[in-house]
Amino acid sequence: MSAPTTTRTAPAEPRVAALTPISWKLPIALTVLGLVALVFFGIVPAGGHHTTFRISTASDAFQISPVAVPSTATALVLSIVALALAGLSWWAAAGRRRLGVWLPAVFGVLWVLAFLCWAGAGKTIPLTGLLSGALFLSVPLVFGSMSGILCERVGIINIAIEGQLLGGAFLAAVVASLSGSPYLGLVAAPIAGALVGVLLVVFAVRYWVDQIIVGVVLNVLVIGVTNYLFSTVLTNNVGTWNRRTPLPVLAVPGLSEIPVIGPVLFRQTLLVYLLYVAVVILQIYLFRSRWGLRLRAVGEHPKAADTVGINVNRTRIRNTILGGAVAGLGGAFFTVGAGLAFGREMTGGKGYIALAAMILGRWNPIGALFAALLFGFSDNLQTTLGIVGTPIPSQIMLMTPYVVTIFAVAGLVGRVRAPASEGIPYTK
Amino acid sequence: MKLELRGITKVFGSLVANDHIDLVIEPGEIHALLGENGAGKSTLMNVLYGLYDPDGGEILVDDEPVTFAGPGDAMAAGIGMVHQHFMLVPVFTVAENVALGHEPVRGGGLIDARKARTLVREISDRFGFEVDPGALVEDLPVGVQQRVEIIKALSRDARVLILDEPTAVLTPQETDELIAIMRQLKEAGTSIVFITHKLREVRAVADRITVIRRGKVVGTADPSAPETELASLMVGRSVSLGVEKAPAEAGDATFQVRGLTVMDSVGNAVVDDVDLDVRRGEILVVAGVQGNGQTELTEAILGLVQPVAGTIVLDGRNLVGGGVAKALEAGIGYVPEDRSTDGIIGTFSVEENLVLDLFHSPPFSRGGALDKAAIRANADRRIVEFDVRTQAVTAMAGTLSGGNQQKVVLAREMSRPLRLFIASQPTRGLDVGSIEFVHKRIVEERDNGTPVIIVSTELDEVLALGDRIAVMYRGRVVGVVPGDTDRDVLGLMMAGVPLEEAVAQAAEHHTVLGEADIEAEEEPE
Repeated sequence: MSAPTTTRTAPAEPRVAALTPISWKLPIALTVLGLVALVFFGIVPAGGHHTTFRISTASDAFQISPVAVPSTATALVLSIVALALAGLSWWAAAGRRRLGVWLPAVFGVLWVLAFLCWAGAGKTIPLTGLLSGALFLSVPLVFGSMSGILCERVGIINIAIEGQLLGGAFLAAVVASLSGSPYLGLVAAPIAGALVGVLLVVFAVRYWVDQIIVGVVLNVLVIGVTNYLFSTVLTNNVGTWNRRTPLPVLAVPGLSEIPVIGPVLFRQTLLVYLLYVAVVILQIYLFRSRWGLRLRAVGEHPKAADTVGINVNRTRIRNTILGGAVAGLGGAFFTVGAGLAFGREMTGGKGYIALAAMILGRWNPIGALFAALLFGFSDNLQTTLGIVGTPIPSQIMLMTPYVVTIFAVAGLVGRVRAPASEGIPYTK
Repeated sequence: MKLELRGITKVFGSLVANDHIDLVIEPGEIHALLGENGAGKSTLMNVLYGLYDPDGGEILVDDEPVTFAGPGDAMAAGIGMVHQHFMLVPVFTVAENVALGHEPVRGGGLIDARKARTLVREISDRFGFEVDPGALVEDLPVGVQQRVEIIKALSRDARVLILDEPTAVLTPQETDELIAIMRQLKEAGTSIVFITHKLREVRAVADRITVIRRGKVVGTADPSAPETELASLMVGRSVSLGVEKAPAEAGDATFQVRGLTVMDSVGNAVVDDVDLDVRRGEILVVAGVQGNGQTELTEAILGLVQPVAGTIVLDGRNLVGGGVAKALEAGIGYVPEDRSTDGIIGTFSVEENLVLDLFHSPPFSRGGALDKAAIRANADRRIVEFDVRTQAVTAMAGTLSGGNQQKVVLAREMSRPLRLFIASQPTRGLDVGSIEFVHKRIVEERDNGTPVIIVSTELDEVLALGDRIAVMYRGRVVGVVPGDTDRDVLGLMMAGVPLEEAVAQAAEHHTVLGEADIEAEEEPE
């Protein structure tokens, strides 16, 4: 018997739809922002001031002298370039062309620089400090979003990242304080996160409880438990239980001497180096390994996975616990990573911002990394400008990270597809 | 490989889905498992495939008893299954889907992607499947997805292949290709279990037929047995295979669609410049493979989605932009394709479901309060009229069988004076008795002078009901043809071939099912 013999004329191709509604959202947003920069940073402020960007830190091998630029003129040039990019996006939208994410990214960098020229007029902006602080503050967000990716890709919604971070922060502080070794704290932190992960997945997989509700309840539970222990055990004997035991900064020989990049990336603690490793490994293994393929299959179409002999619930349980451990490790940032003692509710909602980073990064480790860095940057910008002193009220500056989060998630995300089966318990 | 089932019993709550079923699959045969929807065929196969634990009985492979804890064990024993709803991850490539569960790996747990692609290509070439291992599954037509499923089973050295309702989503031409593949596999020594409720296909391809009714084996038959005999064995009484209807007495075209275009969220035209006329007293069937814009067309008519262009005119009034309320007020009755999620509210009672679109107006409510007595009286009347089998009108609608749920939907939608009746997939998944009832009511509605639009992907139903047939492909109407058009022509049009060309091609080459039609016409029983 030969192959099917029916001959067929090729069916007509679908007509290119001429009526596709054009999305003008991005061009409009960019133009408005560009005009704001042009007017308020470039035209309105009085000229004559200079903004100084300090690039080197004191300990750099190669010293680069600070760059001083005329504030309004530079802001003017930067905003005009930004507006040119906005024009490009109008052209792209009108022709239904896709330009990719580089355009808003470059626009954002230009806009922020124009903003800094204005905000730092007559002052000095520590550029390297701004960037290394951004990386520093994004550490818990990156670990949290990696945890979210692991859990959601396997089909479990992990709202409990906040609790996992807090649990990790607590246990890291206590273990490091008792043992005197911050590295033991780093080992203990994932255990706390994993325990929260166990609770989450048991309720989700075994009892089919709504995962969002379980997650929120677990966050409250961890707050309660840590607050209780803090105000009893920890407060009664601070010297033993809750000493500050910071992770030492380890400079990578050679690499840390590179101007700007060196101090930002390679003069960090072990926790940050672990972060690099985690992101790279996740990016590769999620998409190229047997583990990753099965994990994603379970999150997309669990029954398909079941019919090829993959144990859906076991896969979910293991990877949710792993995800909890990753978030727990990120929690160590708040105590041993930042060199602080444990304090009540010290994670301050970072777990939820990590979820936003995961969505903005489209459930993709590298994407989530950059989203987390963006949030970390806006957080640090607020702190840095507060120290430098700017014309903006500090309350407005405090809002920045959250405003950026809302706009980024609502405006930039566009069409994303979450794992198809996330949040749905698997039943035969 | 010989496969034997002995006394398989599976119970869900009070329902005995499989009642001591015995079945023997000889090596290298195509064994058809014939039974109507809900007879327990799929349950039996899910037991065999390790998805369900049987409550009794045993499975023997080559006369050795085996137990399957899960599909992995069944696959290891050489059993492969192509599910009715494909078990493919849409966002994965073909190679990833085939490899899933037995991935070739190189160092460090990373997948050997080249090896995975080569495996797909080898099997694909061996049987002439023409499947690209690198294509994303969601971009493939259903016919190709089905071949991916077959490759999946063959890549695991399946020696018994279970095909669960494999033709439900295929055009006659694709069905022909599938039949050719089945014969090829049989020659290569693979046994095939072919689950279906379609008599014609069974007769065309099976070596042996086992008929199941209400969870029990009620007999075996020879493929040469006449269709009527198979049908009465399957249903348990003699059934008329066609729909009895007089020729349409069509009046004015009171419903007109012009230039209707609907976009999906990404900006693809899912309904593309569609023109349709439906006259009073005729049934227009919209045929086509699932997902070619039929659903969106009906949703646009009802006002559930906003078209980006075009007009929808009923009795001289343009309905575009008016929303669902205006469409209902204009006299549209609508039976959605997914009755359990869109047609009824499962946790509401039958009586409440019967007034879902009428509860806000007298006699069912007064001054903002529901008149329970009026609602009860209405329900009592409707369930008699539409033969809804329920323990009580207060029973939750979700507990009814599919056929009775559909009758509730029909009863509600037909209880208002209608100016247009639309039903999407009105008989999908129903048993033969319910199908007959639904078809009868639809024809009655037509004979009352209502213009009727039926969306159906089942060619048997298209041919049984249609006075005229509009074939949709990728959002466009390929052509509108008379109700007695050749099945092969329709099949080709469903694949996007224009009418004249389809007629020419069908004349040259008849499919197995098309020939069966012609034979049936030549020798009336």
